[in-house]
Amino acid sequence: MDATGTSQRSVGTSLDVWKGATSRPSLLLLRNGDTSFLSPLPLWERARVRGVSRCAAAALALLALSACGNIEPWVKPYERQALADPIMSLDPNPVSSAYIDHVYEAREGARGALGSSGGGCGCN
Amino acid sequence: MHDASVSDGGHFRAAILALLSLLAMTLLPLASDAGVLPEDRADLLYHRYDGGGVTIHGPSLLVRKTMAEKYSVSANYYMDMVTSASIDVQVSGASEYKEERNQYSLGFDYLRGKTTYSVGFTNSDEDDYKAKTASFNISQDLFGDLTTVTMGFSRGSDTVRRRDTITDRIDNNFSEPVERWSYRVGVSQILTRTTIMSLGLEVITDQGYLNNPYRSFRYVDPENDTQYKLATEIYPHTRTSNAVSLNARYFLPYRAAIHGGYRFFTDTWGIGANTFEVGYVHPLKATPWTFEASFRYYDQSRADFYSDLFPSIDFQNFMGRDKELSTFTSKSLHLGASYEFAKTGWRFVKRGTVNLYYDRMQFDYDDFRDARNRSLAAGTEPLYSFGANVFQCFVSVWF
Repeated sequence: MDATGTSQRSVGTSLDVWKGATSRPSLLLLRNGDTSFLSPLPLWERARVRGVSRCAAAALALLALSACGNIEPWVKPYERQALADPIMSLDPNPVSSAYIDHVYEAREGARGALGSSGGGCGCN
Repeated sequence: MHDASVSDGGHFRAAILALLSLLAMTLLPLASDAGVLPEDRADLLYHRYDGGGVTIHGPSLLVRKTMAEKYSVSANYYMDMVTSASIDVQVSGASEYKEERNQYSLGFDYLRGKTTYSVGFTNSDEDDYKAKTASFNISQDLFGDLTTVTMGFSRGSDTVRRRDTITDRIDNNFSEPVERWSYRVGVSQILTRTTIMSLGLEVITDQGYLNNPYRSFRYVDPENDTQYKLATEIYPHTRTSNAVSLNARYFLPYRAAIHGGYRFFTDTWGIGANTFEVGYVHPLKATPWTFEASFRYYDQSRADFYSDLFPSIDFQNFMGRDKELSTFTSKSLHLGASYEFAKTGWRFVKRGTVNLYYDRMQFDYDDFRDARNRSLAAGTEPLYSFGANVFQCFVSVWF
């Protein structure tokens, strides 16, 4: 029931099953017409290859994101006069928004994704 | 049911952690040129909330100062002075109570290239509730400063105490801990010369004594089924919530702004909520005045273990009757006026504003009944609703 315990439970994946598998696939792993067991590679080897593929995909994603750093800004700095106006600030008065967020958080079940936080509530 | 839903929250948290790691690895090497720290400013605010038999008022002071163009320090003092005879206090048979809450926050930002690293610490202190929170944030400007990505993590540790409602003294035999974790990711994006939007995602996990120790659930009196009895609430000891928000702001050609936002919320207690907000800001031409108005609508579904009236004292393992866990809607109208002074500077002041805000809130409950009138049969009382008036008056100075 504790948060750490559930976290450990939830991140467990089918890879844990693969590690303990032999070269003969268990029927438990055959679902949705999966024919991957026909591969000549043993299961643990295929799991390793799959892991490497994931790492490669992640590296490619990182590279793609890094390359985005060279994107030409479509709104030039000299075109941002309106955006620099104080009335366009997403959080123009932090002292006020923190207060009103706290008022709502104490009286409503929802919380988070607001950009401010605080403890206690005095809400009984 | 509860275990399964907590596991879903765990998956969500794992996904957020993976996303945080990916973004951190991606963004750090991009640091170049100089980003911008928040402006130097001081705000002094007086707030007052009045509604549902509760009055809360007090000051808040926020000061932020930049040093050596790459460090920024902020400090906040906030105080609540509470006088309460809410419906919960009245139903429990207790009398009106008063208490104070003091909150101190310190923040430190370090700007390196286009990356801002922030750490913060908050300490909140009441007689019967103490909360400490430490937080870390990293913010990165990207794509010619059109995009800002922010990631954050907070860790909180609370201690829940209880005041004896008869002697009005703190019960030394009651002290329960609560541990909190929060993971955040946010993106703000300039879309056009006149439009900016932001996306936020936050996962919060709590573990410990999550009850309000003063509140009770009610159940049908086994000796007289038209009456009810009260018993201490029993909450789950864990809660994980997920919230996603999307906000946008658009500049109108005659110098005004409209803004809108939506937030979707779910948690492992079964609460689902939607928040909508639209607003308008209008600086009055050739005058120092700016006026604003907004409307906020909120609805939520009840927690799985919530009921206004349980059939018996041992009906299920978790039982709660907090109206904040019930099915309800709230609507708020916000009106504000700001007056700008020292627009061209005065001594060390670059500019300043005096602001007066008023919010009218209305809460309408769908399955929380007004149990104060015991002459009515339990479960047939009228549904509860209340309105609240919230005032804020504050002075802001940029220097």
